Amino acid sequence: MKRFWGFVIKEFKHIFRDYRTMIILFGMPVAQILIFGFVITNDIKDAEIAVLDHSKDQTTHEIVNKLTASGYFILKDNLESEKEIEPTFQSGKIKQVIIFGNDFGKKLVSEGSADIQIIADASDPNTANLLVNYTSAIIRDYTMSLNAEKTMNATIVPEVRMLFNQSLDGAYMFIPGIIALILILVSAMMTSITIAREKEMGTMEVLLISPLRPTHIIMGKVAPYIVIAFINAITVIFMGFFVFKVPLEGSLALLLIESLLYIFMSLSLGIFISTKSNSQQVAMFISMFALMLPTVLLSGFIFPIENMPGWLQAITYIMPPRYFIDIVKNILLKGTGLAFVWKETLAILGFTVLFIALSVKNFKIRLE
Amino acid sequence: MATQEKIIHVRDLVKKFGNFTANDHLNFDVYKGDIYGFLGANGAGKTTAIKILCGLSYPTSGTVEVAGLNIYKERENIKKDIGYMSQKFSLYEQLTVQENIRFYGGIYGLKKKELNEAGNHMIETLQLQNERHKIVGDLPLGWKQKLAFSIAIMHNPCIVFLDEPTGGVDPKTRRQFWELIYQAADRGITVFVTTHYMDEAEYCQRLSIMVDGRIEALGKPEDLKNEHAAGSMEEVFIKLARKQKETS
Amino acid sequence: MRTILILLRKEFIMIFRDRTMLPIIFVMPLLQLLILVNAATFDMKNIKMFIIDKDHSATSLRLQNKFSGSPFFRIEDQSMNVEGGHNSLLKGNADVVLHLENGFEHDLMTEKQTKAQLLVNGINSRTAGLINAYTSNVIADFNKNVIIDNLHLKGDQMLQVNISSSFWFNPSLNYKNYMVPGILVILVTIIGMFLTALNIVREKELGTIEQINVTPIKKHQFVIGKLFPFWLIALFELAFGLTLGKLMFDIPIEGSLLVLFSFAAIYLLVILALGLFISVSAKTQQQVMFVTFFFMLVFILMSGLFTPENSMPIWAQRANAINPLAYFMRVNRMVLLKGSGFADIANEFISISVFALVSLSLAIWRYRKTK
Repeated sequence: MKRFWGFVIKEFKHIFRDYRTMIILFGMPVAQILIFGFVITNDIKDAEIAVLDHSKDQTTHEIVNKLTASGYFILKDNLESEKEIEPTFQSGKIKQVIIFGNDFGKKLVSEGSADIQIIADASDPNTANLLVNYTSAIIRDYTMSLNAEKTMNATIVPEVRMLFNQSLDGAYMFIPGIIALILILVSAMMTSITIAREKEMGTMEVLLISPLRPTHIIMGKVAPYIVIAFINAITVIFMGFFVFKVPLEGSLALLLIESLLYIFMSLSLGIFISTKSNSQQVAMFISMFALMLPTVLLSGFIFPIENMPGWLQAITYIMPPRYFIDIVKNILLKGTGLAFVWKETLAILGFTVLFIALSVKNFKIRLE
Repeated sequence: MATQEKIIHVRDLVKKFGNFTANDHLNFDVYKGDIYGFLGANGAGKTTAIKILCGLSYPTSGTVEVAGLNIYKERENIKKDIGYMSQKFSLYEQLTVQENIRFYGGIYGLKKKELNEAGNHMIETLQLQNERHKIVGDLPLGWKQKLAFSIAIMHNPCIVFLDEPTGGVDPKTRRQFWELIYQAADRGITVFVTTHYMDEAEYCQRLSIMVDGRIEALGKPEDLKNEHAAGSMEEVFIKLARKQKETS
Repeated sequence: MRTILILLRKEFIMIFRDRTMLPIIFVMPLLQLLILVNAATFDMKNIKMFIIDKDHSATSLRLQNKFSGSPFFRIEDQSMNVEGGHNSLLKGNADVVLHLENGFEHDLMTEKQTKAQLLVNGINSRTAGLINAYTSNVIADFNKNVIIDNLHLKGDQMLQVNISSSFWFNPSLNYKNYMVPGILVILVTIIGMFLTALNIVREKELGTIEQINVTPIKKHQFVIGKLFPFWLIALFELAFGLTLGKLMFDIPIEGSLLVLFSFAAIYLLVILALGLFISVSAKTQQQVMFVTFFFMLVFILMSGLFTPENSMPIWAQRANAINPLAYFMRVNRMVLLKGSGFADIANEFISISVFALVSLSLAIWRYRKTK
């Protein structure tokens, strides 16, 4: 046992001495949180638009003012003819053009209706859709206000409450995702590459003939990563809490225990990958495809799973991060307990057992 | 074989890594045509010195001339005239014997015809006719080492540096390897070889022995044995190492 | 020149002899396009709605029908008690709860105003925003009908602005058209950067680089010999990816491929030089992987792959001036989707060329034959 601890301490020193890797390991979660928190937003503001106004009267003027006053739009350009629209879009200067028909104000009064055409640059369909929606809503409001003078109207007023995230803060979504991503990266990717490296360099053989037992060697190799991963998890939770005011509705203890379980799952996955790969390069590419991609894309981290095609939704069920993100969201944001997440917990436990069993099987084959 | 023309000239060569002095004021000359042995225990500073001579590493201070050229100013010109075989096996394991020959020959600017001749000659001497299109990684270690040496002198350099070329090789192959070294010397190539096998020291014409970064003895093997009243180079070496321990 | 050719021949032989290379080159783009493009979608369909209707009036039923008739909503369940709705939100069985109190219709008739309460799961702010927009639209539509009915009764006419909207360059708002060009950028970048970066440090680990360094080979010859193969592979990868994108997703190719590939050729010089720089600065493959990984992650997230650059804060937009991915991301989409020509992206061309010059010089300077 004493020999084992000596080995673990040696591994710790070895890892912590490589300061470059250390900076990245501890800097990665911080950088990710900052980017997701401050850079990746889907809020539309200051979208640059152009107006092609064939009337140039009081009403069109008022509508343009309403649009720019909303904060969503900036009037970048006044076009003179339809021909200018395409080149302006191609130069990438603007995202939307609003066209007022002839005699807009006059027609509205005399005929009771007038025409507005909105053309959006849908090369970014999402933004285009939102811009058109916002523009229509503002114009609709404006006409409503004109009509309000004529009659008292009966209306349904929607009263919307955003549960679990009242101000629709993006942080509520990415904090759980980042925890899941960082933990699996540090634990699974790092371990798989470390062990693959020993194999590539031939030092694994040396260790295996040493008096240490193989399980102890593997445990010694992964122990430092448990510590690093755990520190990372706590960093993300705390940064979420203090910098982005993401609440901690449920029990912190339960959250940390679940994180630890997920770390163990990731480690066993990392060990499993390393038994399958003979070089660091292979380990890395497997990790990227088996870990990075699914964690970012198939876990509901950024893109809602419900919107995916059926076959892809089916694949998400075999992605461990999916379950972990559910667990974190429940505990962190909805404040629910084990009663709500026991199924997901069991799933992660199942994955852990599966990966350990597969690694042991592969390892035995290799030794024989 | 040896002449009086100096091909390596080293005065007060110092190399420091931080506080650690790997080469402490080395002074020695190697003459054209020599087989010069550079001896020392592991960690004595042999590899450090050889890397400076090959232009792989900068000296901290001192004068070094190789093939009459200054190591500080004309490093890239020196490289045309030297061959080098490192401690680590450094041919491309994923390439075949033929591909390695063509690659290194090509880099040294051998013309197509010269390259073919040299290549055929090499494969014949090494008796690698059947292995010509095999991946180098699959060859036994001894064969790889002989191939690496032959490739290192393919462009007929003035001097070839060998850093522990026979490490981990069986005695029979080691003897064959030394035969190759003698053949090279016959062609007029100066050989600078490091080793920690003391029996190999006897094969050298002149040698120096390094202990802890310093050259402790320098001369012909016969003279050194007489000087230290020893029957073999092994004994000379042990005596020098012991003396060092007592003074330090 | 001959030396460079010899180096190139050796690199190509080694690259294609490596068994892991072919899957990386051919399978990776296929998987990435297939999974990424299908997964990365914000198309909202089937918003799960839970209805609590305590009013049970003609109007409340009409509103319900309005929702169930919309292609965006699916009525998941109904109940009379609030608990049930709240629970289904907690469990994730519903995205939004529509709550109509007793007296909903009565208030509308007598007080001209009534409330419809909506509870939205706000954790994913983006989806929540969309759900909000869609529900508001349905209700606004409903209101308009009510108003028109009322005005007709009074024999009056309502002022109306007819809004027609059209979406250029992607009329069906197909999100895949937006994602495929973005993913191609990521693909060629990953391939170019990782392969270059790992290649040289691997020679370092194996010791073969020393043998190269004692030869009279020139620095620029070595660098060209190392970069050219990956440059070619990455360009091939772009062509291959474009073909797959065309075949699988029928993405538009509006602009000139010549413009696109010329830009890509310069862009790749930047990426490869960065890979080279990392590679010559590191000691082990592990270090290279982590440094590369870190920078790739930051570059990709900032590049505007998922979110438009314009909605980023000003400082981030400024920082993107030194993010090569952001340039190619923009250019690739502009050329493929909008058919932008050389004149439209002249600024990007100049910037990326300066970039290439700087990063190549930096990498050559950092590569030392002597330590």
